[in-house]
Amino acid sequence: MAARIQVPPQAKRGEPMPVRIIIQHPMETGYRHDEVGHPIKRNVIRELSCRYDGVEVFRADLSSGIAANPYIQFYTVPEASGVLELSWIDDEGVRGSERAPVVVA
Amino acid sequence: MRLRAAAALALALCTGASAQERALPLDRLKSGSDFLGADLRALQSDDIANPAMLWVERGAKMWSERAGSAGRSCADCHQDAAKTMRGVAAWYPKYDAARGRLLNLEGRINACRVEHQGAQPFKHESEELLSISAYVASQSRGLPIHVGIDGPARPHFEAGRAAYYRRRGQMNLACAQCHEENWGKRLFAETLSQGQPNGYPAYRMEWQTLGSEERRLRACLSGVRAEMLPYGAPEYLDLELFLAWRAQGLKIESPAVRR
Repeated sequence: MAARIQVPPQAKRGEPMPVRIIIQHPMETGYRHDEVGHPIKRNVIRELSCRYDGVEVFRADLSSGIAANPYIQFYTVPEASGVLELSWIDDEGVRGSERAPVVVA
Repeated sequence: MRLRAAAALALALCTGASAQERALPLDRLKSGSDFLGADLRALQSDDIANPAMLWVERGAKMWSERAGSAGRSCADCHQDAAKTMRGVAAWYPKYDAARGRLLNLEGRINACRVEHQGAQPFKHESEELLSISAYVASQSRGLPIHVGIDGPARPHFEAGRAAYYRRRGQMNLACAQCHEENWGKRLFAETLSQGQPNGYPAYRMEWQTLGSEERRLRACLSGVRAEMLPYGAPEYLDLELFLAWRAQGLKIESPAVRR
């Protein structure tokens, strides 16, 4: 499963910086049935978190109500250049992660 | 009346198909995105938020991955897709003289895979085929569709046109009744579009994933409660050729976002 993170090419120290994330995931709701009527098991990204140089700056608990390939935007205030690391886990226990370097001027 | 109009159109087409003879001349052509709300239009035009770009990104990786018994990647023959694939999607579906059949972009990619890479063709609507075709199609963004319908492509074009105007299904509807005679009007909560193919493969909200033009055609067939032909049926290709001709001049938006 792929993911993309977008941060500004250069962030300003102490100023809010937008972080945009999109993760490829079916976000199966658990309410659907397949062609022969069997329920399709729920499989959504249960939890995602974003760490900046090891410090958690954002966390979200997602659920059935979120569309496939969730797109999330949040703000964080960087104090120094570092690496933003996104990680998530879904109902099947599959983990994913993605990193993006942040340059602070 | 309809027959006579069709005969006149057929006669006009025999003398060479130019923009004026189409039911929808260039200045009245509207892309599917013209029928979207501002939110989806914004989603499509933002490469980070557009979920279809996830597939394009994967396609970009696949472009240089070796595959098959030949151990060759797309890039080994075609080098930089940004240069070599620019404009390619605009002239598909195309009659392939060497292979003696009509091919759409997906079919052409699979032909390359089998003949030059020595690999199994990708399955219809597989993540791999969607990714690589979205990547190739995205290289033609902003270029006008321009397909050839003369010579050996002509019978396919005529078959596609016949399919477009043929009533079908329990609803007894032809494509043209919605997308030519009533576009812009409401069908329940939706505005009927012109049914233009310039955004495919597209991310459809209803599907919550990327899908090909063929899948979209199947959705329409299901909508009029007609029999859905299997994936890869030649009728889809003929129809795709007719639709591309009908959209001639419209700019490619692949991978687009659609309702």
